[in-house]
Amino acid sequence: MFDFSVVTKWVDDLLNGILSPTWATFIEFVLIGVCILTAYAVIALALIYIERKVCAFFQCRLGPNRVGPFGLLQSVADMFKMLIKEIIDIKHNDKFLFNLAPYVVIAASVLAFGCIPFGKGLHILDFNIGIFFLIAVSSIGVVGILLAGWSSNNKYSLIGAMRSGAQMISYELSIGLSILTIVIFAGSMQLSTIVESQANGWFLFRGHIPALIAFLVYLVAGTAETNRGPFDLPEADSELTAGYHTEYSGMHFGFFYLAEYLNLFIVAAVASTLFLGGWMPLHIPGWDGFNQIMDYIPSPLWFLGKTAVMIFIMMWFKWTFPRLRIDQLLRLEWKYLLPINLINLVLMVIIVVFKIHF
Amino acid sequence: MNITTYLKGFFNGLWSLLVGMKTTLRIFFRKKTTECYPENRGTLKMFDRFRGELTLIHNENNEHKCIACGICELNCPNHTIRVVSEKITDADGKTTRVLQRYEYDLGSCMFCELCTRTCPHGALAFTPTFENAVYTRSKLVLKLNREGSKLANKK
Repeated sequence: MFDFSVVTKWVDDLLNGILSPTWATFIEFVLIGVCILTAYAVIALALIYIERKVCAFFQCRLGPNRVGPFGLLQSVADMFKMLIKEIIDIKHNDKFLFNLAPYVVIAASVLAFGCIPFGKGLHILDFNIGIFFLIAVSSIGVVGILLAGWSSNNKYSLIGAMRSGAQMISYELSIGLSILTIVIFAGSMQLSTIVESQANGWFLFRGHIPALIAFLVYLVAGTAETNRGPFDLPEADSELTAGYHTEYSGMHFGFFYLAEYLNLFIVAAVASTLFLGGWMPLHIPGWDGFNQIMDYIPSPLWFLGKTAVMIFIMMWFKWTFPRLRIDQLLRLEWKYLLPINLINLVLMVIIVVFKIHF
Repeated sequence: MNITTYLKGFFNGLWSLLVGMKTTLRIFFRKKTTECYPENRGTLKMFDRFRGELTLIHNENNEHKCIACGICELNCPNHTIRVVSEKITDADGKTTRVLQRYEYDLGSCMFCELCTRTCPHGALAFTPTFENAVYTRSKLVLKLNREGSKLANKK
C-alpha cells in the first residue's frame, strides 16, 4: 500500500533544503491551503451534480444532461453564474454580521474538512484529540447560521436560524454520543490511530451490536446535522422561503450552498472513518491472498468509495422520507435517539470491559 | 406511555421507513420517463389522444368526407374554423353544397375537440403533431382541404 507521507516528506525536505525553516513552513501552509480549498470546491461541485442526478433518478427523471457530456459541467456553469452575480446590499440590517456569517459557516466546514484522513499519509490535521477537534469546529457552523438569521433583519430568516440552531444543537448530542461509543471501542481520539486499528476488520463488524446501533444513530443524526431532508426545517421553502439564507445573494449565498454540501461530505467521511475503516482496505483476518489484492487498490480510492456510499445513503434518506415537524424532530432526538444512545454507550462499555468483541 | 407501546411504535416506525426505502430504490433503477426531445425526434411518439392540430382526414385517393355543412364552424367557440362552400347544381337539377376552402386558425384554437365530436361524418381529427411554431401569426391560418380533393362517394 502506497504511503503518501513519502510525497509530503519529499516536499518538506525540498523546501527546507532551499529555504529557511520559517519560509518553508509558510510555503507549506500556503500549499496545503490551496490544496484544501481546491479539493473543497471540486468536491462541492461534484456533490451538487451527484445530488441532482440522484434526485432525478429517484423521481424517474434523467437530471442535468445538456451542459457537457451527461451534464457533467452543469454545476461548473452554475458556479460561474454564482460568481458573476451581484451581492445585493440589504437595507436596515447589521452589515458587519451579515457579511461575516457566510465566512463563519465556510471556515467551520473547511476546518472540519482539514481533519479528515483522505488516505495513508494524506492527513492534514492529525493530533491526539482529532475527533474532539472535528466535533468542536463543525459546531461553529451553528454560530454562522444564527448570525445569518439574526443580522438579516427578516422574520423568516430569524425563525429559520432559530430552528436550525435548535436542531443542530440537539442532534450534536447524538452525534457526539455515537462518536463517543466508537472512541471507547477504539481507545483513542486520534483519527489516524482509529483508522490504523481497523486494519483487521472495520469497527462496524468488530463492535457488532453497539457499533451497528451507533452507526444507525450517527446516520440519522448526521443527516439532521447537515440540515438535509427529511430534517430540512430551517429551509422549509413553503413556510420560510429559504430560512436563514433568504436575504443572501451572489457568492455569499454560494458559500452557504457550498458549506451545506461539504457538511454532507464531512458527515459521510467521518462515518466512513469511524465505522467503515476510512482509507483502510477491506481485510478479513486469515485470508492473506484476499487482503493482498485489496491492498493494491489505493487508499484514497477506498476512502472516497466508502464516503460515496455513505453520501448515497443520505441522499436516499432525503428523497424517501417525508419531512418532520419541529416537535416531531425534537421528539425523535430527545425521546428516541438520546436514550438509545445512552444505553448503547453502556453496552459498548460492557463489551469493551469484558472483551467480548471480535 | 408505557414501555411496550414505546418499543412497538419505534420498531413499527423503523419498519415503515425501511419499506419506503425499498420502494424508492426500486424506482431508482426503473426506466426513466424523460424524453430527450430534439435527439429523439425520429422515434418520439405522442400518445394517441394528444391534440396537436386539426386535420381534415383525406384517404389515399385524395378524398375527404366533409359535406360543408358548417356544424363545426357553428360549434367552434373561438371562431377558429371558416368553411367556404359553394352551391353547385348538377345536370339533374339537384343542388349540392361543395367545400371550397376549409380554413382553420391554429393560433386561436383552444383544442376543445367540439368540432371533431360534432362532425356528422367523422371528417375531422386531431393529429399528435406538435411542432407548430412559426414566426408570424398569418402562417397559423391553415387551409385543411388539400389541392384538388373532392368529397368521397358514400358507400
